[in-house]
Amino acid sequence: MTNAALTNTVLYLDGVSVTFDGFRALNKLSLAIAPGEMRAIIGPNGAGKTTMMDIITGKTRPDEGEVFFGGMIDLTMLDEAEIATLGIGRKFQKPTVFESHTVADNIRLALAGERSPFSALFGARNRIPEERIDAVLSTVRLTEHRERLAADLSHGQKQWLEIGMLLAQDPKLLLVDEPVAGMTDAETAETAHLLKAIAREHSVIVVEHDMAFVRELGCKVTVLHEGSVLAEGSIDAVSANERVIEVYLGR
Amino acid sequence: MTRRPLILALLDGKGAVFLGVLASLAVLVPVSNLLLPEASPLHVPTYAVSLLGKYLSYALLALALDLVWGYCGILSLGHGAFFALGGYAMGMYLMRQIGPRGVYGHPVLPDFMVFLNWQELPWYWHGFDMFPFAALMVLAVPGLLAFVFGWFAFRSRVTGVYLSIITQAMTFALMLAFFRNDMGLGGNNGLTDFKDILGFPVQAQATRVALFVATVTALALGYLVARYMVTSTYGKVLVAIRDAESRARFLGYRVEHYKLVAFTVSAMMAGVAGALYVPQVGIINPSEFSPANSIEAVVWVAVGGRGTLVGAALGAVVVNTAKSWLTGALPELWLFALGALFIIVTLYLPKGIVGTLAEWRDKRRATVSAKPAEVAAGAAE
Repeated sequence: MTNAALTNTVLYLDGVSVTFDGFRALNKLSLAIAPGEMRAIIGPNGAGKTTMMDIITGKTRPDEGEVFFGGMIDLTMLDEAEIATLGIGRKFQKPTVFESHTVADNIRLALAGERSPFSALFGARNRIPEERIDAVLSTVRLTEHRERLAADLSHGQKQWLEIGMLLAQDPKLLLVDEPVAGMTDAETAETAHLLKAIAREHSVIVVEHDMAFVRELGCKVTVLHEGSVLAEGSIDAVSANERVIEVYLGR
Repeated sequence: MTRRPLILALLDGKGAVFLGVLASLAVLVPVSNLLLPEASPLHVPTYAVSLLGKYLSYALLALALDLVWGYCGILSLGHGAFFALGGYAMGMYLMRQIGPRGVYGHPVLPDFMVFLNWQELPWYWHGFDMFPFAALMVLAVPGLLAFVFGWFAFRSRVTGVYLSIITQAMTFALMLAFFRNDMGLGGNNGLTDFKDILGFPVQAQATRVALFVATVTALALGYLVARYMVTSTYGKVLVAIRDAESRARFLGYRVEHYKLVAFTVSAMMAGVAGALYVPQVGIINPSEFSPANSIEAVVWVAVGGRGTLVGAALGAVVVNTAKSWLTGALPELWLFALGALFIIVTLYLPKGIVGTLAEWRDKRRATVSAKPAEVAAGAAE
């Protein structure tokens, strides 16, 4: 890829490989996400979807390959907190929120801004305007649950709260791991709606098993298999691809 | 958030009660001990003043432990080490105050050094003749150890039971080191036979009362510092780390820095507790580093209620009162009782005394507030 093409990406992976105890989780994976793009990533279990997220967010270091954010920042040199501060948000597969805090406090802690212990003890972190929290809560439709403990929310509501926390971070890129796992059909439809709204202002990568949901998102799809890209294109194109049917859809 | 005056923001119901109790103790105990005649039923004898002072220094240790365990999930099984280090710093000051009045009458060297044929004061004993320096060391030595230990442990992401084990190893290693005569800190006899503190005789009634008041004050200040920390956003991040460490990390929080601040502040508080403990019991020796002591402190916090601060202090006083009584009445039973207590609390009272009381109160409030709604629903039918 030329330099001009590289600088025109929000995320750029080239030839990324990683091996755990002899198991090759990623095998020369290459991927480019354009600014403002929404991308769905599908693939069977063990295809390397979660490992790819771990690499992007700094949890795992690749054995080889390049990972660039915004065309020039080398993510392989940074740790989780630095990468999060740069503007990459991550939603886990299992909804992970701060259960002993209220919904509002979960958002309060996630909101972009100074994050040092000093600031949290004495400084600006203690003076977050409530309106900023309200704005996020109305986007994810949790306004009426504002003062409830996160532990008391339903599974779907926790998923939305976590997406809200991601939004509060104001990231340039959101990584969303199986957002509709365990959701009811109504919740799934609402989540698709929510993600599409978010994708208007952010780049989003969604990892998902649920094909109906991916179709609803209506974006470009990348199929992973054994740690590398098997196919890429519209949902109809990849569903028609014979190799994809063989390794994934056909089963 | 509406901005309330700091002191109001810090005081919830139980905090106000707690500080109220401490303030009354600080006034009533001295009055009763110094002004009432010994025959009076309300007279608190001097030995009891020191005993209570000892319990309250344990309460400060428990408070320090609760800050890291209750709020950040760092189960330190080595907090006794910070307590003992603060105690040794104070003990060194008290040894230097003896001056030439030791048994051997050496102008500078403490008795145990004369006994071991030492010719001059080791370098690290210099400065401890000055109280301000000793007071600084009470904070600095435990604080520095916690900072260095925490720096490596938290940066390497050692958590959970592994962290507990290495804190335990730390205090055990220190205990072995302090047992050695070569350490120059009195070996297994430790430091004792104190005479003066700030020019006042340690054994005198008025000094003991003053030490008691100082301990109550330190406990109140320690509570306010800890309470400020946990009510600020910093405290919310600590709890967030306790609940979902990786979530906090992916939100951009430097988890290791947050833990390090809490661990270091907590160690300094434990050091102050140790420094107040030593003049009131009259001795500090390496057994204070024993792992069992640190584990006992964990039981205090569990009994009183993790993550409540007040509960930790209460637990320390309750368990130690029980210990004093039981070791007097049936000494061989104490360890069994302690073990049983821990099991009972873990199984049946996981939130401790204060946590359980708060839960009952919330439940009652919930039923009370639900009642009018039921009445309204009944009327509608």
